[in-house]
Amino acid sequence: MIAAFSSWFALFFSAVFTQNILLTNYLGMCPFLGASRELKTSFGLGAAVVLVMTFTTPLNWLLYHSILLPLGLEYLALIAFISLIAAFTQLTELVIMRVSDSLHAALGIFLPLITVNCAILGASLFMVARRYSFLQTTAYGLGGGLGWMLALLAMAGIRQRIAKNRLPRGLEGAGIALIIAGIMAMAFTAFTGMATPA
Amino acid sequence: MKTRAARLFLQNLGSNNPVFSQVLGICSTLAVTNRVLNTVVMSLGVLYTLILSNILVSLLRRRIPPRVRMMSEVLIIASVVLLFDILLRAFSPEISRQLGPYVGLIITNCIIMGRAEAFALSHPPALAALDGLSSGLGYAYVLLLIAAVREVLGAGTFWGLPIAGSAWSPWTLLAMAPGAFFVLATLVWILKGAVRPQPATPEATPR
Repeated sequence: MIAAFSSWFALFFSAVFTQNILLTNYLGMCPFLGASRELKTSFGLGAAVVLVMTFTTPLNWLLYHSILLPLGLEYLALIAFISLIAAFTQLTELVIMRVSDSLHAALGIFLPLITVNCAILGASLFMVARRYSFLQTTAYGLGGGLGWMLALLAMAGIRQRIAKNRLPRGLEGAGIALIIAGIMAMAFTAFTGMATPA
Repeated sequence: MKTRAARLFLQNLGSNNPVFSQVLGICSTLAVTNRVLNTVVMSLGVLYTLILSNILVSLLRRRIPPRVRMMSEVLIIASVVLLFDILLRAFSPEISRQLGPYVGLIITNCIIMGRAEAFALSHPPALAALDGLSSGLGYAYVLLLIAAVREVLGAGTFWGLPIAGSAWSPWTLLAMAPGAFFVLATLVWILKGAVRPQPATPEATPR
């Protein structure tokens, strides 16, 4: 029991830090650069990604292992995954809109855009490629989402601090953001060795 | 008409380049550029997807209801990419294994969605195809440039062949994740400094 939990936790930890889906697999870069100017927006977007990734990755696991594999339809995985993700984001947006206006304003508006966030689809594709079990997939989905949010918040914090600083011509905006991302990626590799997934 | 098409073509290669001026679709830009060979295959995939999805979206533009517009575009793009994935698996399983999930991730490459949204939905198929072709080429040459720098400096090889002498010690950082960010940042810096951004044309601004 304890062994099972520690391997689950190791996978979760590595999904957040050492194998950070954004900084080592480069997924979800467009919103990472586009929506990281302000901490408040980044928080809403990050929370929406955590929500969607935590649910769609295990759901896609179930879809793949209980429907696609038995029927021999693995080659349709791409379309099946993206449809499930799109349906999930649309439904969640509807539910949130009904439940709470303020939550919808803070979180709901990001949901439709998340369909085309590569990190979400990427998590599902990696989960299949790495042959995770269902439990491992839940750890990976939750950890991947949190890791993405962590990187986004860190980036937004740094960009807010340097917003007024003068930069060389051509380096404003995307250029400096990419350099910061590179330094962050170096920092995150320092976590390697603290936990290795079993 | 002809000059307009030509201008569009050049803009997508230069001042309106998807990678370095709009900084779109860089997930794959960074992930597959450690080897030149992988980059060529990936660029071909994106080029093919861009042209085909642009044509399909443009043909269906009067039939797609605005409310489910994004959904329909995603499904069109997904079917086109699925086809490429299956073809690659059949004809070149080795490269397909190396690229792994990144082929499937062409679906969520923001360039493709962006061009469908900003251009194909409001233009006839022939122009949309040209837009796809030039955006794809603009993406490809930036990617190849980055891949060449990273493979030569990071591994001392080009196209898998060793070109640096044995005295050369590979710059491993460039082959790793942070290196990709630094090379792209440098390229964006140089090119943005060199190419003066033009005021956005109506068809280039997303609605």
